[in-house]
Order: sequence, then structure tokens, then C-alpha cells
Amino acid sequence: MSDTLGFYGIQFLNGMAYSLLLFLLAMGLSLIFGMMDVMNLAHGSLYMIGAYVGLFFLGWTGQFWIAVVLVPIAVGIIGIIMEASLLRPLYRRGHLDQVLLTFGLSFVFMDMVKWIWGADIRSLPAPPGLAKSAIIFGRSFPEYRLFVIVIGLILALALWAFLERTRLGAVIRAGVADKEMVSGLGINITLVFTLVFGLGAALAGLSGIIAGPVLGLYPGMDFETLIITLIVVVVGGLGTLKGSFWGAILIGQAQTFGKVLVPDFALLIVFVIMAIVLLARPSGLFGKEAA
Amino acid sequence: MSLETTYPAGGVFVRSGKLVFWLVMLAALAAFPILTTSAYSLSTLTEILIFGIFAMSLDLLLGYTGLISFGHAAFFGVGAYTAGLVAIKIAPNMLLTMAAGIVVCAIAAFVIGFFSIRAAGVFFLMLTLAFSQMVYAIAHQWTWLTGGSNGLAGIPRPNLSVPSLPIEFYDPTKFYYITLGIFVISLLLLKRIVSSPFGHVLLGIRENEGRMKAVGYNTRNFKLAAFVIAGAFGGLSGVLYSYFNGFISPSELYWTMSGQVMVMVIIGGAGTLVGPVLGAGTILLLQNIVSSNTERWPTIMGMVFIFFVLLARNGITGLLDKVWHGARSQVWKH
Repeated sequence: MSDTLGFYGIQFLNGMAYSLLLFLLAMGLSLIFGMMDVMNLAHGSLYMIGAYVGLFFLGWTGQFWIAVVLVPIAVGIIGIIMEASLLRPLYRRGHLDQVLLTFGLSFVFMDMVKWIWGADIRSLPAPPGLAKSAIIFGRSFPEYRLFVIVIGLILALALWAFLERTRLGAVIRAGVADKEMVSGLGINITLVFTLVFGLGAALAGLSGIIAGPVLGLYPGMDFETLIITLIVVVVGGLGTLKGSFWGAILIGQAQTFGKVLVPDFALLIVFVIMAIVLLARPSGLFGKEAA
Repeated sequence: MSLETTYPAGGVFVRSGKLVFWLVMLAALAAFPILTTSAYSLSTLTEILIFGIFAMSLDLLLGYTGLISFGHAAFFGVGAYTAGLVAIKIAPNMLLTMAAGIVVCAIAAFVIGFFSIRAAGVFFLMLTLAFSQMVYAIAHQWTWLTGGSNGLAGIPRPNLSVPSLPIEFYDPTKFYYITLGIFVISLLLLKRIVSSPFGHVLLGIRENEGRMKAVGYNTRNFKLAAFVIAGAFGGLSGVLYSYFNGFISPSELYWTMSGQVMVMVIIGGAGTLVGPVLGAGTILLLQNIVSSNTERWPTIMGMVFIFFVLLARNGITGLLDKVWHGARSQVWKH
């Protein structure tokens, strides 16, 4: 049945668009954690800020593409300020204090966004060139979601190239493996921490604005996103690009197909996958043993 | 000095003259309804006692075992919903609703704990957070049972029905005394638990789990037991809250609730039993004051929390301890 194929094909594409957004989020969270052992519980907040700041830039410049460039810069700067002013003094204490700090910040960010933009559901319009629908598998599919898939794949590739093929990428990978050694080699690890945190924040902000036209802007989007990103990271394993990628694909597709096929149990499916993975491999599919 | 600050008993503040201190505190709490005529302050104090139990139950994990649970609201909510549903659908009997709430929470804690405790550190806190959000989603979606986002309304206050003598607790003063009684029993039970050999194993796990394993303890079982006990007490506080409020909504299960109780424990002083209660009192009083003036309560609570994390990590009990030590060393000098 070609129509069945069309149905599953379209859902697969929806799932890919969602998965790649999750990948950008998970990659930032996972890099930050791998690097500095900080689980950033304000990561979902940075995503939310990306979306709302995107709304602001869009209103200001009227250009979606300018907003897409400005948002990661703005959110990256917020991340750098966060790291340098609040997290850095805590590196000598346990990681718990840093986690608590990011948790406190997520309250503040949640309330600030509500204060500035209100509690109503908002939407980001898709850019004019991509507002139409294409015909795929004999069905119409929004062009913007195709763009999300393409940009997601390009960014995944770029991140891979950055981490595997550049000097700074090598330093970051080395830092994930053993930071004392890296700083022993004369590399300014503090600066690298700040850069990685900024990069993670920028990725979260970027996925926020890119997701805006698809998923919308609403209060509560911060923690909803944080939870699903945490699940991706738990399933895929921390600290590796491969883990974030396949974890995101698995959870993104499961969530998308779950929502269409068994709407009442979509969330449950994701949790069942997480439980199974945890029982079989406690450190995730691609995580290092003994996390 | 380092022993002073890391040892969980809260230092001098708890140790010296503690029996006198406790008796005075208890007398003050018992006399409160006589001294005040304000229904509002009585209801605030009742709420503080309920959240005090909730915060102490989290501290058994956070302060004593070193398990950072970010999903403790799950048990508060499950306890409240269970008690509420039993009260509405079966009977508003206090012993029945309370037993149901505690048992269901202990089972839920066993299941969540079984999965979460397989993971350590950050993975553990992510899992507890994720599981509690799942419980939230269930309460939100399971409309026919829980009322969905409208919440569960019209929960009757319980009665203590010995068949011929049904005592009802509609009277706020009576309800306050019942809450105070349950609070004191919970405090004593938790005190017993943390100072028992079992409690010392938990402290050992907090300080160095690897060593406890090497000594031969099956730490996973101990952690699971602590998780179940904490879940049961969390459920108890939820049960009391369902009586107190007469209404439950999914927001009682939301991450903000887990966050709020975490804030209570941290700003009060983790690793003590008084600390979380002081934290609960501080947060609820502050919330009452702030909320009547501005809507920016989450911002202010977040900032107070960040302040304590950055500058006063041992919480209010830690600060009180410092003041006490300072005063005493002044006296000794002269």
C-alpha cells in the first residue's frame, strides 16, 4: 500500500526533524558534562531563551535569517556569563553545587521569560521562502521541516568535523578524557571550559529558534525539553557525539511515532526504552563503562 | 573544624542542651493555637509542619545518603492523590487514607528507586527528575481518575472513625494538633533511623560508597531502602496536604515542587533534621510575604537559593552554628 508507505515516510521525516533538534540539545548538554562534570539543568531554559529571543530579533529586524544568526550569539554570551560569573567559583567544590546552581537559575530564567513575554502561547512564523509545503511520498510536507532536517544534518557534520578534525576539537576531546592531563600540557583549561559552555549554550539557543516554527513557544517548554534531552543523553551515553546522535534518533523517532500511533502512551514508550537501556547498559548505548 | 562542618548532626546548635531546646520548641508549638487568634497564621504553621515532613524525607536522601533526588514531588503528589481518591471513592477515614497513601508511595518509590539507583551521581538525579515528570504526565493525562489538569477537588477532611466515635477534623485547631502529632512522630522516627546502625551505613555511603562496598555492604540495597523510606514519608506529607488543602492539582507533582523542597532542604541545612524544617518555614513565610506584593516569587526563590548555594552552603543551621560558636568564643575570651 503506497498510502501506508506515505504515512510512515512522512512520520519518519517528522521524526528526523525532531531527532536532529534533540541532537543539537543533547550534544551541548553532553559536551558540557563531559568537559566539566556539570549537568546543566538550565539547558532547557537556554533553549527556551533561544526561542523567545528569536521572537524578539525577528520582530526587531523582520528577518528570520538574521535572527537565526543572532540568537546563538546572544544565548552563547548568556552561557559564557553564566559560566564565568557563577559556575567558575564553584569548580573547587563538588559538582553537586554546580548542579544546584543551574537548577536555581532555571527558576529565575523561567520566571524572567514569563515576565518579559507573558504566559501565552506564542508562535514563530516560518521564514517566507520556506512557508509552503512540498509533496513527498504523495503527501504534502512542510518545506520548513525539510530545512530543519538539512540544517540539522549539516550541523551534526560540522560538529563532528570540529571535534575530530580541528586542534580545538582535539583539546576538547582530550579534556573530556582527562582534564588534569590537558592542563598539565599547558593548555588554559579554564578558557576551554568557558568556550565549551558557550558553545553548548549557543547550540541550545539555536535549536530553540529553529524549533520555534515547528514546536511553538509556551511556558513549560524549558523543562519539557530538558527532560527529553536528559533521556536522550541517558540512552545514548554521555560525552560522545555518536551517543548523542543515535540516542536522539532513537528517542525522537519513538516519540514521533508514539504520538501518532498510540497518543496516550507516547511518553511511556520513551520511558520504557530508557528503562530497558538502563537495565542492559547502565551507562547508555555508547557511553563509557562505569560512568 | 572540617569535622564540625561536615558532620551532619548540625553541631552545637543541636547537641548542647538539646533536650531543653526541644521541649521548649514543642511547648511553643503546642501553645501556638492558644496564643494566636489568627486563623491565617495557624493555617500557615500547619502548612509549614506538613512541608517540614516533606523536606525531612528528602533530606534522608540528600543530606544523609548523598543521593541527589530531583523528583521527590512524585511521592508528595502520589500520596496526596491516593489519599484524596480513597477519601472520595471509599471513605474519608484517616487511618485508611494515610495507610493507602504511604503504601502506594512506598511501592512507587521501590519501582522508581529500583531503576534510578542502578545509576550513580548525575545519572541518578536525571532519572529521578525524568521519572517524576512521567508521574506528572500520568496525573495530567489520566483525566477520568485524577481530573487531569483541573485537579481533584472536594477532598473531605478525614475522620478518625472508631466506629462509635467518629472524630472529624474540620476544626482548624484540631487539625493543627493532628498535624503536629504526626510531625513529631515523623521527626522522632527519622531521628531514630538516622542514628541507627542503618543510618550510619547511609552516612558511610554518602562519604565513600566504594569503601562501604569494600567493607562488604551491599550499598545498592541500603540506598533502595533509604529511597523507599524517604518516599513513604514524602507520601505521608502528601496525604496531610490533601487533607489540608482539600484540592490537588498536577502542579503538586511538577518539577517546581521538587525544586521547592530541594530549596527548603538546602537553605535550611542538608544533613540535619531541623534544617529542612527551618527551610520549609523560611520558604513558606517568604512566599506568603513576597506573593502578596509581586508575582516574581520564582525569581526571588531562585536567587535566595543561589545565594545559599554560593555563600552559605551549610544553610540556616550552618549560619546559626557559626553565630553560636562566635558568641561562645567571645564569652570564653573575656
